[in-house]
Amino acid sequence: MDQNPDVKIAAIYTGSYSDTTTRAITAARGGRAPQLAILLSTDMFTMIDEDVVMPWDDFLSDEDMTSWIGGFYPAFMRNSQTEGKTWGIPFQRSTPVLYWNKDAFRAAGLDPEVPPATWDEMVEMGKKLTLRDASGNVTQWGVRIPSSGFPSWLFTGLVAANGQDGLANDAGTEVMFDTPAVVGALEYLVSLSKDHGVMEPGIIEWGATPRAFFEGQAAMIWTTTGNLTNIRKNAPFPFGVAMLPAKVRRGAPTGGGNFYLFKGSSDEQTRAAIDFVKWATAPEQAADWAIATGYVAPRPDTWETDRMKAYVAEVPGALVAREQLEFAVAELSTYEGPRVTQILNDNLAAAITGQKTPAQAMADAQAAADAILAAYRR
Amino acid sequence: MTVRRDWLTALAFLAPALALLFTFTHYPAIQTLIDSFWSTPRGRRAAVFVGSDNYARLMQDPVFLRAMVNNAIYAAITIPASIILALVMALFVEGRIRGRALVRMSYFTPTMLPLIAVANIWLFFYLPGFGLFEQIRSAFGLSPRNWVGSPETALYGVSMVTVWSQAGFFMIFYLAALNTIPPSLREAAAIEGCRRWTFFRRVIWPLIMPTTLFVSVNATINAFRTVDHIFVMTQGGPNNASMLLLYYIYEQGFRFWDTAYAATLTVVMVAILSVVGIGQFFLLDRRVHYR
Repeated sequence: MDQNPDVKIAAIYTGSYSDTTTRAITAARGGRAPQLAILLSTDMFTMIDEDVVMPWDDFLSDEDMTSWIGGFYPAFMRNSQTEGKTWGIPFQRSTPVLYWNKDAFRAAGLDPEVPPATWDEMVEMGKKLTLRDASGNVTQWGVRIPSSGFPSWLFTGLVAANGQDGLANDAGTEVMFDTPAVVGALEYLVSLSKDHGVMEPGIIEWGATPRAFFEGQAAMIWTTTGNLTNIRKNAPFPFGVAMLPAKVRRGAPTGGGNFYLFKGSSDEQTRAAIDFVKWATAPEQAADWAIATGYVAPRPDTWETDRMKAYVAEVPGALVAREQLEFAVAELSTYEGPRVTQILNDNLAAAITGQKTPAQAMADAQAAADAILAAYRR
Repeated sequence: MTVRRDWLTALAFLAPALALLFTFTHYPAIQTLIDSFWSTPRGRRAAVFVGSDNYARLMQDPVFLRAMVNNAIYAAITIPASIILALVMALFVEGRIRGRALVRMSYFTPTMLPLIAVANIWLFFYLPGFGLFEQIRSAFGLSPRNWVGSPETALYGVSMVTVWSQAGFFMIFYLAALNTIPPSLREAAAIEGCRRWTFFRRVIWPLIMPTTLFVSVNATINAFRTVDHIFVMTQGGPNNASMLLLYYIYEQGFRFWDTAYAATLTVVMVAILSVVGIGQFFLLDRRVHYR
């Protein structure tokens, strides 16, 4: 503030990501667009299609492009760039990880310091960790991969581990839902409940997942790094944080929000907005944000700050997310993104609840998504 | 001359309400109808006139058809269940029982809570493994069920929440109606040696019929209008098992940004509600008032 006395920023709290997208698009259509908004990185094609955002490149010098844009982890830029332009600046980004209960591992006769590294290990360990009472009812499940709301996100982690680099092309016009790698990933997910009995059947609630972990209902859970602070404060037992297990390779999606630059402002406002985002993503500020929220700091230089080093020494789990970035793939993002994602989610739910076979579900999803995306392939 | 002035005065009094009604109700309704014949404008592509294409798409849309069936089931459960529960509760707390005020209040409490809060509470009731229902079931040695996470039970799970949250509200209307029944009727019936069930069926039920009509119209509108708990509990899932029409409109309009299709769905919903509402008043009104 002191350094920029002539710039005033009005921050507006607009609720969840979807509420914020609604507000931003409505405002832009009404001719009163904000200069900046933090929206899901996967909303990139929606914002381009609505024609309400501008690429950052047009306002940046070559030096900015290398030192600033080039300074973010490439994994995060994959959901931020298309058509050869940069549309989003990574800010509050996340990735899913596996949390495990060390007490439960010890009680099951497993080494409490060694999480599963592969799919097969997760099943084997899961079998030992699944406990049943005298009447055969499960009191502790081996693993919990939540599937309510947005199952496609964690599912992308399985797809990546099975060797496929994400679910869509970089142009956002093609999806790869019915490949053997995707069907295999879904078969594995379904088999955890159906064949191996290590995961609760049916749709598993995302929001209740940390609580199921605290209460000992599940010995291993998959959820976002954004839950790290919550779990650290509330888990009544020692726990570990690990990368998602591998099949043919390690793999996980990224997630979270980017800064978008909106059309309809004066040059002066746009310049000030860009300066603000440069400031917000500078090492000290980004470190503050990452420590306070649990999001993954999006630039290597942030991790070099003293504050971040002290934090990592205290919470080694925070480092797992950064190491996983090396194996990260893009989150599913296409034109008509919410609709295409919903098609995938519906079919994932159909397979998880046994209404369709995995192969049938993914074939249906591919056909429905192709019908929508055909209009965007020019 | 005087007639003309009266007319102007009336118009002046009506103008503020009319202006609001036109701006916020009639104009958007007409605009919605118009939008349903155009394609969705995107930033790079303007809207074009598509005639009845959106309506043709509707008939081919499996999710829309699913939402219609779901909404019919949802209405068939929540309307009678809320009315019967409300009436039973009203009859119970109307009598002379110990702690009547407390019982009345506790029946009414669910209505005072916002539906979003109610849905969050019920989400925890339903949680497999450690929710309230699961603890009760496991006490009887029954195996756990994933109530809102299974396509077979999700719709019934959310229906329960609606019944629970609105029955207390309807109870208030029934209580008011019961209080208007003259005590002399009860005394006369007692002298005649009339049994309680006969008294209810031949005296109370006909006399509270107007209230039942009012409550059933409200319950019907609610069956199409209240979807807050869907946002919290299932988001229409799993695989559209609990998809209701209004939630689908929201999804099309504000998640998929397909405003033209959302307008088409809205037209259909308003048409259904009009038919149901008018039908209820015209058909039932004849048999409602006790003569």
